[in-house]
Amino acid sequence: MNASAPILQLQDIRKHFGGLTAIENFSLEVFPGEIVALVGDNGAGKSTLVKIISGVHPPSSGMITIEGKPVTMSNATMGRAHGIEVVYQDLALADQQTVYMNMFLGREPLNRFGLLDRRRMIDETEKLVKELDVRIPSAHATIRDLSGGQRQGVAIARATHWASKLILLDEPTAALGVAETARVETIVQSLKQRNVGILIISHSLDQVFKLSDRICVLRRGKQIGVRETKKTDKNEIIAMITGLQQQ
Amino acid sequence: MTSANTGTEMGSFASRFNLQQYVVYLGFLAIFLFFAFMLRDSGFLTVRNLSNIVLQTAPVTIMAIGLVFVMSAGEIDLSIGSIVAVSALAAAVTIASYGMAAGIVAGLGAGILIGLINGALVAYVRLPSFLVTLATMGLFAGVSRSMTDLRSISVTNEAFTGFFGSGSLLGVPSLIWWTVIAIAIGHLVYRETRFGAHVLATGDNARAASVSGISVPKIRLAVLTISGGLAGLAGLLYAGRLQAAKYTLGETDLMTVIAAVIVGGTLLNGGKGSIVGALVGSLMMGMLNNGLILMGLSVSDQMIVRGLIILTAVAVSLRDKSR
Repeated sequence: MNASAPILQLQDIRKHFGGLTAIENFSLEVFPGEIVALVGDNGAGKSTLVKIISGVHPPSSGMITIEGKPVTMSNATMGRAHGIEVVYQDLALADQQTVYMNMFLGREPLNRFGLLDRRRMIDETEKLVKELDVRIPSAHATIRDLSGGQRQGVAIARATHWASKLILLDEPTAALGVAETARVETIVQSLKQRNVGILIISHSLDQVFKLSDRICVLRRGKQIGVRETKKTDKNEIIAMITGLQQQ
Repeated sequence: MTSANTGTEMGSFASRFNLQQYVVYLGFLAIFLFFAFMLRDSGFLTVRNLSNIVLQTAPVTIMAIGLVFVMSAGEIDLSIGSIVAVSALAAAVTIASYGMAAGIVAGLGAGILIGLINGALVAYVRLPSFLVTLATMGLFAGVSRSMTDLRSISVTNEAFTGFFGSGSLLGVPSLIWWTVIAIAIGHLVYRETRFGAHVLATGDNARAASVSGISVPKIRLAVLTISGGLAGLAGLLYAGRLQAAKYTLGETDLMTVIAAVIVGGTLLNGGKGSIVGALVGSLMMGMLNNGLILMGLSVSDQMIVRGLIILTAVAVSLRDKSR
């Protein structure tokens, strides 16, 4: 696998719901070990794009390519099978279950008697949580006893455990406080060394500039432009988001 | 639990320790001691009486196992009492003409079928289980009444009554075997299988379960079908023990089963529960019944006292959970 080949490639993606066009001719490439930020105003089509990339909604036309192979997906299970994981802003965790059960939700490993392999789930959870430095009391902790930042840490750890190609972060810090946001940002940054592609959606430009390598701007379902984070500034991005400057 | 993280283990144990988890055991002990003292001269503590409590409780325990699954998935099944009567009558009528095996198939089949109807309406028509099972409760109460014109059907097949009621194996009454086996299997499935984990996840956060690839409708269909099947089994146990089936069987069990399950630590809203807790809760209800009768309370007084005690127990177990 050539490191310079994109892990995810979107070509001329178009999506309409009935007569309504949500996404028009969207193209984007994400490379392994890279964080790409997707920004845009409310209703620009970011959520629709997340659903298309995660497999929830198939695009009306256009091509999705993963590691050079075109794929078609019609539900989230197929997206996961292709190594794509999503971290949702509203934390898709089961609150009254343990951290390790959430890590393996829907994909629990079994022992040779066909029963849940708790030992393995706990060991792998503890290993990953340590690697990502998600500070939780233990793999046995119940989700609802954790803080918002710890929960989002668990959700990111889960995505990291299963994503072999791409992690989609949909407003990962929207519900968090300042200190917790900083924790989660550190964790996101550490994901780069895992050589997967990372696509982050965020309303916070500070966060986007802190984390991303490239910024893709979406306005009214159209891709306005992609900029290298180092070679642009907030004024340019804001102008692109609001439409004061066309490409 | 490696020695390296004993500190965190201890910490999480302390934070996990709360009254609610043990309320059923404490309540069981308190009621037992109360009756043991008050009824020391009335035969409460005899082996015969205590084993009678377990035997009489068997059908309620079996139904409680099903309800733990249903409630853990965030649903409810109000139709179990009616299923008991329909299943017992279906078995009794079938046994009279076609023998024991056909009777078992008819009884269990009726329960599973009603459970499937409940489950399909909840899972695929997306009606609330409270309303669906409230309706089928009434519907099948009517069916059981019309099946035999309110008559009682006797069950004379000795193999059947022995297997499901009065018989014993290795000196242990068959009803105790049924209880032990059902609890063991129920506990194993609930705690140690993927299905059990998916039931809990569905009741906890159906959307999270769904985006994790769990088929939420299938889980809902399965838990209500299991509940129906177990209520059918409870009907067979009643028919076996009483050597007769009547439309009144199971009529008053719904409140007892719900109380046993909630007192046993299962959340009404799903996501958390205990099969063993439901067993202890069910034995507690049986003991209460037995003790109040031995104390010589009138039927109406028994109902009032039982209602008050259940209310107290449920209040205590729910208060702590909503923390």
